[in-house]
Amino acid sequence: MLDQIWLLVAIPAASAAVLLLAGRRADRWGHLLGCASVGAAFVLGLLMFIGLAGREPRSVGQTLWELISVGNLRIDVGLLLDPLSGVFVLLITGVGFLIHIYAVGYLKHSPPDQRHESEATARRRFFGYFNLFVAAMLVLVLADNYLLLYFGWEGVGLASYLLIAFWYGRNAAATAGKKAFLMNRVGDAGFVMGIFLLIATVGTVNFGEVFANVAGMTSTTVLVLGLLLLIGATGKSGQFPLHAWLPDAMEGPTPVSALIHAATMVTAGVYLIARSNPIFSASLPLQTVVVSVGAATLLLGAIIGCAKDDIKRVLAWSTVSQIGYMFLAVGLGGVAYALGIIHLLAHGFFKAGLFLGAGSVMHAMDDQVDIRRFGGLWRLMPITWVTFGLAWLAIIGLPPLSGFFSKDPIIAAAFDRPGWTGWLFGGAAALGAGLTALYMTRLFVLTFHGPKRWTEGQHPHESPPVMTVPLVLLAVGTVSAGALMTTALPVVDWLAPVVGDEELPAGALSHAQVTLLTMAVTAIGALTGWALFRNGTALAPQPAGALVTAARANLYTDALNETLFEKPGRWLTRALVFVDNRGVDGIVNGLAAAMGGTSSRLRRLQTGFVRSYAMSMLAGALLIVAAFVAVQQGWFTL
Amino acid sequence: MTDFPYLSVLTLAPLVGAGVVALLPRSRPELAKRVALGWSLGVLVLTGLTWWAYTETFRPGDDRLALRESYPWIPHWDVNFTFAIDGIGLVMLGLIAVLVPVVILASWNDADPSAADADRPAPKRSVPAFFALILALEFTIIGVFAAADIFLFYVFFEVMLVPMYFLIGSYGGVRRQYAAVKFFLYALFGGLFMLAAVVGVWALGEQTLDWQRVLTDVDFATGTQRWLFLGFFLAFAIKAPFFPFHTWLPDAGGAAPAGVAALLVGLLDKVATFGILRYALPLFPEAARWFAPVALALAVIGIIYAALLAVGQQDLKRLVAYSSIAHFGFIGVGIFAFTTQAGTGAVLYMVNHGLATGMLFLVVGMLVARRGSALISDFGGAGRMVPLLAGALLFAGMASLSLPGLAPFISEFLVLAGTFAVNRPVAVIATLGIILAAAYVLWMIQRTTHGELNPKLRTVSGMARDLNLREKLVVAPLILLLIVFGFYPKPLTDVINPAVEATLAEVGVDQPEAPAKLETEAAP
Repeated sequence: MLDQIWLLVAIPAASAAVLLLAGRRADRWGHLLGCASVGAAFVLGLLMFIGLAGREPRSVGQTLWELISVGNLRIDVGLLLDPLSGVFVLLITGVGFLIHIYAVGYLKHSPPDQRHESEATARRRFFGYFNLFVAAMLVLVLADNYLLLYFGWEGVGLASYLLIAFWYGRNAAATAGKKAFLMNRVGDAGFVMGIFLLIATVGTVNFGEVFANVAGMTSTTVLVLGLLLLIGATGKSGQFPLHAWLPDAMEGPTPVSALIHAATMVTAGVYLIARSNPIFSASLPLQTVVVSVGAATLLLGAIIGCAKDDIKRVLAWSTVSQIGYMFLAVGLGGVAYALGIIHLLAHGFFKAGLFLGAGSVMHAMDDQVDIRRFGGLWRLMPITWVTFGLAWLAIIGLPPLSGFFSKDPIIAAAFDRPGWTGWLFGGAAALGAGLTALYMTRLFVLTFHGPKRWTEGQHPHESPPVMTVPLVLLAVGTVSAGALMTTALPVVDWLAPVVGDEELPAGALSHAQVTLLTMAVTAIGALTGWALFRNGTALAPQPAGALVTAARANLYTDALNETLFEKPGRWLTRALVFVDNRGVDGIVNGLAAAMGGTSSRLRRLQTGFVRSYAMSMLAGALLIVAAFVAVQQGWFTL
Repeated sequence: MTDFPYLSVLTLAPLVGAGVVALLPRSRPELAKRVALGWSLGVLVLTGLTWWAYTETFRPGDDRLALRESYPWIPHWDVNFTFAIDGIGLVMLGLIAVLVPVVILASWNDADPSAADADRPAPKRSVPAFFALILALEFTIIGVFAAADIFLFYVFFEVMLVPMYFLIGSYGGVRRQYAAVKFFLYALFGGLFMLAAVVGVWALGEQTLDWQRVLTDVDFATGTQRWLFLGFFLAFAIKAPFFPFHTWLPDAGGAAPAGVAALLVGLLDKVATFGILRYALPLFPEAARWFAPVALALAVIGIIYAALLAVGQQDLKRLVAYSSIAHFGFIGVGIFAFTTQAGTGAVLYMVNHGLATGMLFLVVGMLVARRGSALISDFGGAGRMVPLLAGALLFAGMASLSLPGLAPFISEFLVLAGTFAVNRPVAVIATLGIILAAAYVLWMIQRTTHGELNPKLRTVSGMARDLNLREKLVVAPLILLLIVFGFYPKPLTDVINPAVEATLAEVGVDQPEAPAKLETEAAP
């Protein structure tokens, strides 16, 4: 079993190929194949995971074929199943399977403006892309070297682009897909330069061989290498300053938001840093940069999340913020790598649950996404309400739900940093917890409670079982995962062979004090949210102070991108087109005209042609004679 | 079997085919198409046999060129019909053999009088003439890659212009006369510099133009070889084209029928980069090392400059032409970085670019033929009318922006990784080009196939037809090859690499490259 790791990738990949190539013939059963392939990969992954647990060391490699073999450089297509990739395989295929099932129901009907494509065809296409994503994501986590990881990395980028722009007939979706791909490419350019640097310094991209050589690298090399990988990670994970694409990615169908833009793909940056822990742990300045990115992003996401009115956008900014926590954790190093991964897994459950719950609400409300237009849904959608509620309590970190067990230790670890940086990063993380409680409570209360603020003619109803059963299963995971991971199943020990479990030095506050502080901040946030919004809210944006206005405008980060890159880029492009047409080509045509006689003759090419040709020949002949004389006389020495 | 004169037969086969097709009566256009397609498939089989013979005879450590044949031509000047091939030429022969039948199939109706529309005046010549010209073009391109005599190479290099001139000028779009003459004069102008240099090699060297003899027996003085190098380089820089000699390509590519444009950028332009590798570098090694920084600068400027211009284009075909100039920048970087990875990457790039950009031109041609316009603003939301065609465009676009998993990525990666090891600034700037590549491809797709439907498309009858069987057969082999070589490029790199290493040895660089595995901290 463990020598067939490639099957994990091959099954969803083959299914994707069938779905995309078979055409309409597969319309009737395509979605079933799509679900079955991911389900099969999950079962296989689970069996392998169990097999892995019984082995020592807990790591299985498989080299499939030679990808590149040129000179000294040799890179294989090789897979590696170890504790870290193992938990990712389970997350991707497990949560992925549930979301695939849910999507069968969600994609049954296309939105009214997208009915030009038959609904069955649209759904088959969707499952083709979805399977492609799962295959690429599995390549990403199972690769045993950076180049193959990069294949998966860009593969999930492609799938993400295709799925964000799934309703390609909508301008907003087309733009959002392009934006996501482009911003990711910026990150990817950094990542791939990191790979070049590895090749130039150690001549290999294989994880084991690279990590064995980290000690021999200069501190500058390690720092630059780490920063380049970090640029890639910020792009893929929607972290500051490459975060702007992620909220726009909500243009994709909701199951996409749940699987790709919450549970799995956007956590790839965290995976990359955790996987590269020997590099990141080797440089303190590098770790400080990672921690800073995490802390800045978790606050940025939480602040903006408080000001948004679109149910999916709130959740998207929440994802940005939560991944900020994970970056914070993996930047802290030591045992915090494992804490980051645990939060990633817990987040995978509760955020997928939140998104699918949001999808269920949208399903009931004719694709309405404005939380100002919800309210009072708890009676009509009890399953969605309960499951969403559990996920809400989990994300704000209420014990004993999973978020408490995963987020609290990260905040404590941040406080453990020595000196004022501990107060800074710990304080940011604790403040973020309060803001999380605020915006999530606002979201929950406005959606399910308070007065009904629906548009006329809406008749909300609970979603069909094909959608609610995945919700219930995700809720079970949300409730149990945290406690399971920290107590019954010691994930820290499980991951120790890959990321280590070195205890961090204790900081100014004890862990109990940090927990109390976090609980207090969370309670304040949640109660404030409840008090402010339990009676509903205005249906249109109200005038607000500077901070709220800024938060509504995404803290002006989009405007900054536009001023710094987009506008100068457009201007430069236009200027260059002009220069090329008039300048460079103008000189060429001018020269040709001078040789061929007059420019008017060049335009009347029918008659000018022979003459130009003759002139060129004559010029060439003269040139040859001149060249001979010159070179032999040594007139022009170069 | 390996004594068979593979290369001369392979070279002449399409010429004979061109003659046969040209003699077919104008009244039987379908027959001409079928014969041309069959003939090009025959050339494909013959190329396969040549490939087999090459791998049978070539052994590492041999002379670089294998399958040598030589027949006297002008004995007085020691000019001969000499054919021989190395790994670089061989993969290019493979590319030609694959691309020509695909293009013939794609151009099936392009020469029909009924193909004319607002964007295209009626063809000036007959259907059999069109397909005969394509086969004649194949003859000249094969000749360029198979020649091992410098004069023979020069002759093929120049004769190549003639069929291309007629293909653009007689079957192209509205600006076809302007574009064809510009192409012809520009290339001829460059070719004259090369002619001067060829004569120089003969006169100032050993009065021979046999490639192998010039390589081993002739040693030019430094000043002389720099001039000769420049003569060759200028011709190749125009042909490729490299910045700033590129302005003929958007005109030619924009005016040519899509299939011809695919041949132009996919095959013809490769002659230039091949020429640099085969002639400019090994014959004038000192000059090559002297000139390399300038060439690298031109190449890297070309990557960024042409990509930015591609972003700003309003016309689909011109956009693809500019993207192609940017790609040639990558090839130029790979050639002049002088490492085994970058050089191998550059040659692999030549093959992959032929497949990817060739496909992009063909698919864009299918869109343009349906719409009757190449203006991007005349499209919008076309995906809902022709979903399969939109999918093919997306695939070709992804190949063009070097998505990992598709062939062009491997070559771009090798070029950049090999360059990074020895010249970080150039590699870093070139890497920024991959962001711009995503920008022009994705923005093109957004404006043509994505987004709200442009209502005008409903009134165009052509847009109601998605890919037909013939068009599926055009894109299928390209898609297949792009995926296969994207994951398993070894059959190509194993053939290319020995020739590249031989070239680097001839240039006299001691093969700087990435350090061997498990060494710690290498030189900067």
